Amino acid sequence: MIRLQTPISEEQIRALHTGDVVQLNGIVVTARDAAHKLMIENFIKTPEIKRPELYARLKPLLEGGVIYHCGPVVAQNPDGSYRFVAAGPTTSIREEPYEADVIGHFKVRAIIGKGGMGARTLAGCKEHGAVYLHAVGGAATLIAATVEKVEDVLLKDELGVPEAFWVIRVKNWELVVTMDSHGNSLHDQIQAASEQRFKELVGLA
Amino acid sequence: MQQDLTEAFVELIRRASTDLPPDVEEALREAYNREEEGSAAQSVFSSILENVTLARQHSTPVCQDTGTPIFYVHYPFGWSTLKLREQIRTAVQEATRRSYLRPNAVDSLTDRNSGDNTGQDFPVIHFEEWEEDYLQVDLTLKGGGCENVGIQYSLPDSRLKAGRDLEGVRKAALDAVVKAQGQGCAPGILGIAIGGDRGTGYEVSKEQFIRKIGERSDIPEVAALEERLKEEANSLGIGPMGFGGKTTVLDVQIGAAHRLPASYFVTVSYMCWACRRNRMIVRDGQVSYQ
Repeated sequence: MIRLQTPISEEQIRALHTGDVVQLNGIVVTARDAAHKLMIENFIKTPEIKRPELYARLKPLLEGGVIYHCGPVVAQNPDGSYRFVAAGPTTSIREEPYEADVIGHFKVRAIIGKGGMGARTLAGCKEHGAVYLHAVGGAATLIAATVEKVEDVLLKDELGVPEAFWVIRVKNWELVVTMDSHGNSLHDQIQAASEQRFKELVGLA
Repeated sequence: MQQDLTEAFVELIRRASTDLPPDVEEALREAYNREEEGSAAQSVFSSILENVTLARQHSTPVCQDTGTPIFYVHYPFGWSTLKLREQIRTAVQEATRRSYLRPNAVDSLTDRNSGDNTGQDFPVIHFEEWEEDYLQVDLTLKGGGCENVGIQYSLPDSRLKAGRDLEGVRKAALDAVVKAQGQGCAPGILGIAIGGDRGTGYEVSKEQFIRKIGERSDIPEVAALEERLKEEANSLGIGPMGFGGKTTVLDVQIGAAHRLPASYFVTVSYMCWACRRNRMIVRDGQVSYQ
């Protein structure tokens, strides 16, 4: 197993290939639909950075960092801090229109989600040196248990709990590289091979 | 006077949501053993099994998507289904408050989440009077990811060269597995209905999920098709989460309903690996769970 510790270097990412199992440690930022739209509109597809304070907080977290497609169930402790209760991945393809630009702008090194992403993100991973890491869909309790600490949360009130940017510290989170920085997608490979086998089975080959 | 089963229904929901049936867990363990040491597929099964153990220990949902609760109620003569429905709905609200269920019922017109898992036709409840002298309630929780990959075929299908026979059913079922890839949180269980109208097709396909893994149809040709489809689907190499591997489905279970001469539907429902189901029996006022 390959160990990754944030911040992750481009060199480490380039050494990864589809099918590799990695163990992730360090800081991860959750972002799903609303968060991606906000980043594009305020920081990327804009002549000047809007909301500079938010930008200043996010930028160091995302540089060499990791984005997780997840809308967690979060509980608040008596002292006001938070803990993750259930935190499985959500379907990633919804962020396909945004992700390549987010990766390029912030130099994000890894995207975590489920179901894989499309050609634009794959090209973005190749150009900027990033990978897509697949989490186990449904393994909500286990993934929440790898979250050692909720470090911070950004825009909780504005976006709501599932859509906010949760900044979490994870320990020994096992993930599989399904899209690498060399233009390979395990999803495309498996799809092609299974379609071939299907045609043989039903006599359409 | 019919007894109040509200609290018993809450317990049924807790059991279904926070644990997997032993036969499903066993099938996942066997799948783990089949995969190669150090492979991505084996890593997935290891995470799945660890997750199930943790969920059981903490009494927290196996998956955060606790799905559509579907109740199948078999009741003896004389029971009020009106009262049973009311108790089930109250139990679902209470189970949501206790976090055994995530609020999952959204008004399709206003987008508003009811917050307690009740709404129009939500939860789903099927009532059937029977000749036994006890009450039996089966509950399945079906998540959204796997519901989205369900599909219905109308045979003949020229693209698949699938005719109106079991060979046509086989082609349609395999096509559904290839289309789903890992998206339904593979390895799944296929529930297949042959025949019916479009509506009963989906109902019968979902009723299959009450059956235990490996439980075969009473009809020999159908039982043989279940076995064959399981083997062939697993030869597609899609594997857990679509990462490639030896187990793409945990089982295939088929039911049939009469159809119109003009129609021949094959309906495929997909149940994710987190096949959450439980059965409650009430006999002489005593409640037990299986």
